[in-house]
Amino acid sequence: MPSADVPIQAEKARAVETVDLIPLLNEDEAEVARQMQICNACRYCEGFCAVFPAMTRRLEFGKADIHYLANLCHNCGACLHSCQYAPPHEFGVNVPQAMAKVRLNTYGDYAWPAAFGRLYKRNGVTLSVATAAALSLFLLLTIAMQGELFPQGLNGNFYALFPHNTLALMFGAVFGFSLLSLGIGVRRFWNNLSPGSSEGRAKPAAALEAGGAVLTLKYLDGGHGEGCTNEGDKFTLWRRRFHHFTFYGFMLCFAATAVATLYHYLLDLPAPYPVTSLPVLLGIAGGIGLLIGPAGLLALNLRRHPDHGDARQRPMDRAFIVLLFLVSLSGLVLLALRDTSWLALTLAIHLGLVMAFFLTMPYGKFAHGIYRAAALFKSSLESR
Amino acid sequence: MIDVLVIGGGNAALCAALMAREAGASVMLLEASPRQWRGGNSQHTRNLRCMHEGPQDVLVDAYPEEEFWQDLLKVTGGATDEKLARLVIRASSKCRGWMRKHGVRFQPPLSGALHVARTNAFFMGGGKALINAYYRSAEQLGIQIRYDSPVEAIELHDGRFVAARVPARDLDGGRRPAERIEARSCVLAAGGFESNRDWLRDAWGQNERGEWAADNFLIRGTRFNTGVLLRDLLEQGADAIGDPTQAHMVAIDARAPLYDGGICTRIDCVSLGVVVNRDGERFYDEGEDFWPKRYAIWGRLVAGQPGQIGYSIIDSKAVGHFMPPVFPGEQAHSLDELARKLGLPEASFVQAIQAYNAACRLGTFDHTVLDDCHTEGLVPAKTHWARPIDTPPYFGYALRPGVTFTYLGLKTDDTAAVRFGGKPSPNLFVAGEMMAGNVLGQGYTAGVGMSIGTAFGRIAGVQAAAASRGAHSSHNRGKHHAIS
Ligand SMILES: Cc1cc2nc3c(=O)[nH]c(=O)nc-3n(C[C@H](O)[C@H](O)[C@H](O)COP(=O)(O)OP(=O)(O)OC[C@H]3O[C@@H](n4cnc5c(N)ncnc54)[C@H](O)[C@@H]3O)c2cc1C
Ligand code: SF4
Ligand code: SF4
Repeated sequence: MPSADVPIQAEKARAVETVDLIPLLNEDEAEVARQMQICNACRYCEGFCAVFPAMTRRLEFGKADIHYLANLCHNCGACLHSCQYAPPHEFGVNVPQAMAKVRLNTYGDYAWPAAFGRLYKRNGVTLSVATAAALSLFLLLTIAMQGELFPQGLNGNFYALFPHNTLALMFGAVFGFSLLSLGIGVRRFWNNLSPGSSEGRAKPAAALEAGGAVLTLKYLDGGHGEGCTNEGDKFTLWRRRFHHFTFYGFMLCFAATAVATLYHYLLDLPAPYPVTSLPVLLGIAGGIGLLIGPAGLLALNLRRHPDHGDARQRPMDRAFIVLLFLVSLSGLVLLALRDTSWLALTLAIHLGLVMAFFLTMPYGKFAHGIYRAAALFKSSLESR
Repeated sequence: MIDVLVIGGGNAALCAALMAREAGASVMLLEASPRQWRGGNSQHTRNLRCMHEGPQDVLVDAYPEEEFWQDLLKVTGGATDEKLARLVIRASSKCRGWMRKHGVRFQPPLSGALHVARTNAFFMGGGKALINAYYRSAEQLGIQIRYDSPVEAIELHDGRFVAARVPARDLDGGRRPAERIEARSCVLAAGGFESNRDWLRDAWGQNERGEWAADNFLIRGTRFNTGVLLRDLLEQGADAIGDPTQAHMVAIDARAPLYDGGICTRIDCVSLGVVVNRDGERFYDEGEDFWPKRYAIWGRLVAGQPGQIGYSIIDSKAVGHFMPPVFPGEQAHSLDELARKLGLPEASFVQAIQAYNAACRLGTFDHTVLDDCHTEGLVPAKTHWARPIDTPPYFGYALRPGVTFTYLGLKTDDTAAVRFGGKPSPNLFVAGEMMAGNVLGQGYTAGVGMSIGTAFGRIAGVQAAAASRGAHSSHNRGKHHAIS
């Protein structure tokens, strides 16, 4: 009946221990720890998302806890607008902002190779430079191989421009490296969160729950199903919807590539494929999703309340959104113009943009999905 | 001229404004605070006490009218008006659909508050989320909202509301001239006087030690409830209810800010340890009853101690058994070190703890029941959960009285009319903290402040809309009002 129903007794021992062994917090992390102590004494936001229940399982907030909570936060803004301690209150609680600052640092801290973590510092520049470099590469290659940017008579056959194996090798290698890099990063993140975790039996069910939370973007629903906040305290489902367009659009494009690869190697059916073929249909559907989604997210991002999240992160968010949009747009333009003399130019541009995307996957906003999924998995595990 | 003027910007004011607007009136709402601080004490709340006959979305079991009434009767010691109390209780069972319509969302109890799962519906995101939802709805419905508009006086004519006066004030670098705002009817929902330091000082006076006790009180809620209108109305002859020295007071962390410390500054470990005063001496049974039933007496207890300060002392056995406090406590590895850190006289503090430790008769410690761990031969006794304070590190938290709200208010009836010499005003109504004393003359039970404010806010809104049309609000008296 009294306050003994606080589910934190397991943490008791930890709180009493001295803190000598706990790694020092940097300024951003210390700010999260300070705010979490206030939230933990308040708890009004418990219903919004997974962050607050995870917080109530703790009495103290060490570095690993803070990295975990920061990546669990979806920056929905609900807890900022409902906080009676938000600025101008002297407690100055702005959880989404404090979390976002730490989150950006964690991407850099866990990045592999470590030196590349710096690419997060000025991420808008990183993405722009990568894009420019990749575009130049493919344009120069085109000129080198064709002597001009508008060669005639290719009839939509881009393998006449770039041999299939060259493309497969280039993109395969870069994509493979990016996956490896992301994998190592998230593994380091995970090991830091749950050293020697032994929750083995709960894993399948927790994975299922976390997977569901990722695929449905559960925590962009505000806890009441009406969505997250954007310009003010009003809730909207559009961020979730545009995010779905983006994510599923991306997956459809990915599926298009996978099907085409199967056609190529298993059925011995090389591209180009007719518009009504499965790979092209998947690509068109995905491409449209990847136009609507990023365009909508950008519009929301531009109107976002200035106190939401971390202003330093805006260039990263926007550069990534724009790159995704351009990848999709260039793909659709390529499809439309593939039987004209514009084939070579549009192909070079599309390939350049895709290459830039692959290259920056582990060093840009893309990583948020991976780290967030890991944090959601951890939250599902520990809530069991 | 607008139909209905609502003065205040918290729960009661918004309920009144929304209802009046829904009844077709044109409505203006004047909030004393700037936009960022809008919502008064209501922004700090977390739940609403609700009567219900069976399980209802976030509410488990049943909490019938009679039980709610008995609870209210008990906590007020009879200082309540049964008719008005029952009106509030019944309204609390029917208001949540309307609240949802205006965007308020409910959730099951917060962790650490499971003991009220049956009786209280929690606002998702707390009171500020509720306030935000009401303001959004008010804007959408075309209610004019004016922030930075503290009304200083009400113009009355024979008990009729004529106009409200807002003084000239500096705003955003510019000067806004004084205003006189007329309306056909008016709802007063401007809170109590808890943030009026001078008034508190007068009400509490000087104690036998020559201290002005109220000077050491902290205010848990808004700084804008200065009671200016309460005083103005009382001076103009409005009927009063309640005692100015009655206030809901809890013991909160002495480091809390002067205003708006809110919920998170409470210290929940009192029943797990002992509390001493600045002389290092215990002064009350810390284990008298479950903490949720006792937390509201500790404000007054601390207010009665020299310097209006107390110190909650626990050892490491208690850690993790109570809601984590907002500020870390002083921590020490010995009792005399703790005394030094807290600025307490070492010898008498250590002696008091040792005497307590020696008097502890350990049974089976269980914080979820009134267990059999108690003291023997100690004055004052600790009757439950008494365990020696002997396992370092030790922790100490300084406590101050934290005022939640005051009880002095305007007398009213079931039409929410302000009364002058026993006669109801035809067009001036009152709701929320400003009249809560009609139902809650003293004491408190969690969530009832919002039940009163919501019920009377809604009644006042309907009555004010009717009065603005020239309808005889007295016509409805005694019948049930147009609230559903
Ligand atoms: C920390 C804390 C927690 C609480 N928790 C709960 C809870 O969980 N459940 C519950 O039922 N109750 C709770 N209460 C009590 C509850 O806050 C009040 O009972 C309730 O909010 C009163 O509503 P109200 O609208 O009358 O007053 P308020 O919400 O205080 O609103 C008064 C409004 O009037 C404005 N005002 C004041 N003077 C003037 C003026 N001269 N001119 C214009 N405007 C003026 C203020 O700015 C404010 O907006 C809590 C109180 C506190 C302090
Ligand atoms: S964000 Fe504010 S309201 Fe929400 S839990 Fe934290 S302190 Fe409480
Ligand atoms: S911003 Fe949203 S997701 Fe992040 S902690 Fe607040 S409520 Fe949770």
